[in-house]
Amino acid sequence: MTDNCHHTLWRSLSRFCLFFVFAITCSATLHAQDEAAVNAEVTEAPTFEELVYQLVQGNLRQMGEAVDALTELDNPRVVDVFDALGSGDLYADRSEPPTIAIRHNNGSTTEFFTGAPLLDETVAELRQVRINNRLRSQLRTLMAQLSINDESVDVRYNAVRRMIRDGVDEDTITLLQDRQRIESAARVNGAIATALALYELRSDQPTRRLEAISILRGSLEREARNTLRQLSENDPDEEVRTAAENALNSIAGKMRFFRFIETVFFGLSLGSVLLLAGIGLAITFGVMGVINMAHGELIMIGAYTTWMVQQLFPDLIQWSLLIAIPAAFVVSGLVGIAIERGVIRFLYGRPLETLLATFGISLILQQAVRTLFTPLNRSVSSPDWISGVLTINPVLSITYTRLYILIFGLLVFAALMLVMKRTSLGLKVRAVSQNRAMARAVGVRSSWVDALTFGLGSGVAGIAGVALSQITNVGPNLGQAYIIDSFMVVVFGGVGNLWGTLVSAMSLGLINNFLEPYAGAMLAKVMVLIMLILFIQKRPKGLFPQKGRAAAD
Amino acid sequence: MLMQRLLLSDRGGMVVLGIIAVATLLIPILNLAVPPDSPFYVSNYMVALLGKFLCFALLALSVDLIWGYAGILSLGHGAFFALGGYAMGMHLMRQIGDRGVYGHPELMDFMVVMNWESLPWYWQGFDMFWFAMLMVLLVPGLLALVFGFLAFRSRVTGVYFAIITQALTYALMLAFFRNEMGFGGNNGLNDFKEILGFSISAKGTRVGLFVTSAVMLILAYMACRYIVTSRMGRVILSIRDAESRTRFSGYKVESYKLWLFVFSSMLAAIAGALYVPQVGIINPGEFSPLNSIEMVIWVAAGGRGTLFGAIVGAFSVNYAKTFFTSWSPEAWLFILGGLFVLVTLLLPNGLVGLFNRFRRKLKHELPEEEEKADDESELKSGGNQ
Repeated sequence: MTDNCHHTLWRSLSRFCLFFVFAITCSATLHAQDEAAVNAEVTEAPTFEELVYQLVQGNLRQMGEAVDALTELDNPRVVDVFDALGSGDLYADRSEPPTIAIRHNNGSTTEFFTGAPLLDETVAELRQVRINNRLRSQLRTLMAQLSINDESVDVRYNAVRRMIRDGVDEDTITLLQDRQRIESAARVNGAIATALALYELRSDQPTRRLEAISILRGSLEREARNTLRQLSENDPDEEVRTAAENALNSIAGKMRFFRFIETVFFGLSLGSVLLLAGIGLAITFGVMGVINMAHGELIMIGAYTTWMVQQLFPDLIQWSLLIAIPAAFVVSGLVGIAIERGVIRFLYGRPLETLLATFGISLILQQAVRTLFTPLNRSVSSPDWISGVLTINPVLSITYTRLYILIFGLLVFAALMLVMKRTSLGLKVRAVSQNRAMARAVGVRSSWVDALTFGLGSGVAGIAGVALSQITNVGPNLGQAYIIDSFMVVVFGGVGNLWGTLVSAMSLGLINNFLEPYAGAMLAKVMVLIMLILFIQKRPKGLFPQKGRAAAD
Repeated sequence: MLMQRLLLSDRGGMVVLGIIAVATLLIPILNLAVPPDSPFYVSNYMVALLGKFLCFALLALSVDLIWGYAGILSLGHGAFFALGGYAMGMHLMRQIGDRGVYGHPELMDFMVVMNWESLPWYWQGFDMFWFAMLMVLLVPGLLALVFGFLAFRSRVTGVYFAIITQALTYALMLAFFRNEMGFGGNNGLNDFKEILGFSISAKGTRVGLFVTSAVMLILAYMACRYIVTSRMGRVILSIRDAESRTRFSGYKVESYKLWLFVFSSMLAAIAGALYVPQVGIINPGEFSPLNSIEMVIWVAAGGRGTLFGAIVGAFSVNYAKTFFTSWSPEAWLFILGGLFVLVTLLLPNGLVGLFNRFRRKLKHELPEEEEKADDESELKSGGNQ
């Protein structure tokens, strides 16, 4: 408790000092501006570029002046500069004019003004732009001021949340109250209300505290929880203590709900990965009855194709995934057709031999990749539009990558359904798989259909590889990690049934994620496998077995 | 009479067993009694290598027994091998006593690292050799019994059986990788000191283990031979070739399969138990699905459905592996992969089939057609003329 007091005291002291310094520098700049206005005909006000150069080259005093001058400018990039400077991500070298660069969270470094990638030599010359604590706090206040009035709702929302995290004091309260009057977005208003209520909790009148507690009832902010917990234990007023207690309980209930939603989302996300990995197999194994143990390697080839696309077109990283999807489909599909024509077609009707031969192919493909691209993992970069986090509320946030993969998996599934149900190829595939002799008799070239079907399944595996390259390491062993899972998905769902594959992938994902908190990741996986083994004993044909004549064999 | 049935009717087997028996007699002498600079000297490395191969041959025998004769393809036989190995490893760990790095009188080093207070219940009793040997047989046998009972009763066959056995060994691998399981996690069990009072690194112990493996292999071969030439063996063959028909003829297909599966799992476990003291380590990597599938290719390459073919396959593929991995590690996986494809496409009867065809060609100069028919009938009858 005393610790806490010390902390707040120290913080408000330092804030006060800061404010003082800020006021002085502000007046200094005002003077400077006056002078500048006087000499307007002779020298123009410094431009954004000049100020940034001053910021990275000058000493601490000049930096402070530059920061103030930048605040006055109406340039949207000012926030970027402050943000990078405050978090130590702003770099510059000693040339004239200096090269200014920003290091991003993913480790890449780009030129500040143009956003262009930098050469390695240039990066090596860069030095971090250092600041002291005083400047850092000044930046934080300025940033808060700037971002709370930003045009984007997300920026404003995050700014308010940052204030809540850092603690609300008199300065920020005025900022927040000013903003509250003109704020239109409900999300931001909610956050501001939380922030103001947190401040009110320190009030010495119990009624105001009670009122604040009633506002905080639904808040999921960690600060709100912590403060309420302290209040429920230490508040002198009995009524306030019980109110805080109740508020905490209602918050806990709400949090359980959002945790549940989060688990569901992660389960579905894992399910979509399983779906992507398994759906190609659902075609080759489910529809054609071919055991393709090299399926995982076809996924791996798709992932490597993504990497190759990024190597070939380094300027098109933003588009690379969109290019990689058809490319991976074609590459994996062609490899698949080659496997079918070269090996599998001699082994139809001998499933165990097919299993062994395709396993041999998987070893060869793995080793080929190892020889061609070295056994090291390749890093596939993610375009900006796919990275980032969607924050729904303080407890629930979703990464865009997983969201997109979930959507993508469903899209691929829908597309495949369309191909199988609505196109002539799909019709022929189903005809051949149901009755080969009869299909041939009515003029279907069954060997041609076999090759194309296998190519289709393999191509879909390749597409899965593109998606997987965004969430796992791309290396020669990528495929092995998924092959058993994919077989489980298909067998669980019922061979020859695409809907079954969808349901089984999603339910396996969900089961896995609901078990994980109790059993740990590895044991959850083991338990799922054992459950599956037992399930297959009970229903050997899967969740949705084929009915009628097709099931005869 | 029994001799006739087990050996004399099986010429390939006689040759292979003969070679093994001669080697078992000669190699200890050549290793222990001949001076190292003599051209006839067999190095310690060679003894260890051949001892390892003998274990693999026993393992291949167990796979061939169910795959070649009953048509059950198990891609999880490595699990039984590894479980047998772990049971043996646990005994050897208990034998270390207080000579571990931390010098704890009872706990293993990895348990001391994890701050465990006392020995878990499943480690009890493994300090007794007889108990450990019992567990070598019982644990994998029970697993096979339960697993096989469930699988065969629900008539899970063919590819489905192959895939769920693969899932079984995969699940066990993940489980054994966990430190909390109490089997040494990632590192497994190693650093053994002695077996039955003999130092595990001593020359004599190694030779002893080699001879034990060879004797075990010969005994197991005889037992398998006994089974496949018995009435039960005939039923098993008919299950392989026409399962429904056998069932409708009134045989309890599930029971036959189950007992053969359990017997085979125990053979694999014995192989694992002999393997561990010879290589000095057992870790979860032995459970990896790749290992299990490699065993299948030994059998396929040697000649599925002939017991001695499995032994030939285990020796030749593993010798090739040793040779190529030292020559060029990269090439080995290409060769192994190629072997899978070539054997299934071109050599359905493996090396033994190739040899037979070659010999017959020399003898009779059969026309192409008849020879093919002959080959097929050989596969059908399991190749045990």
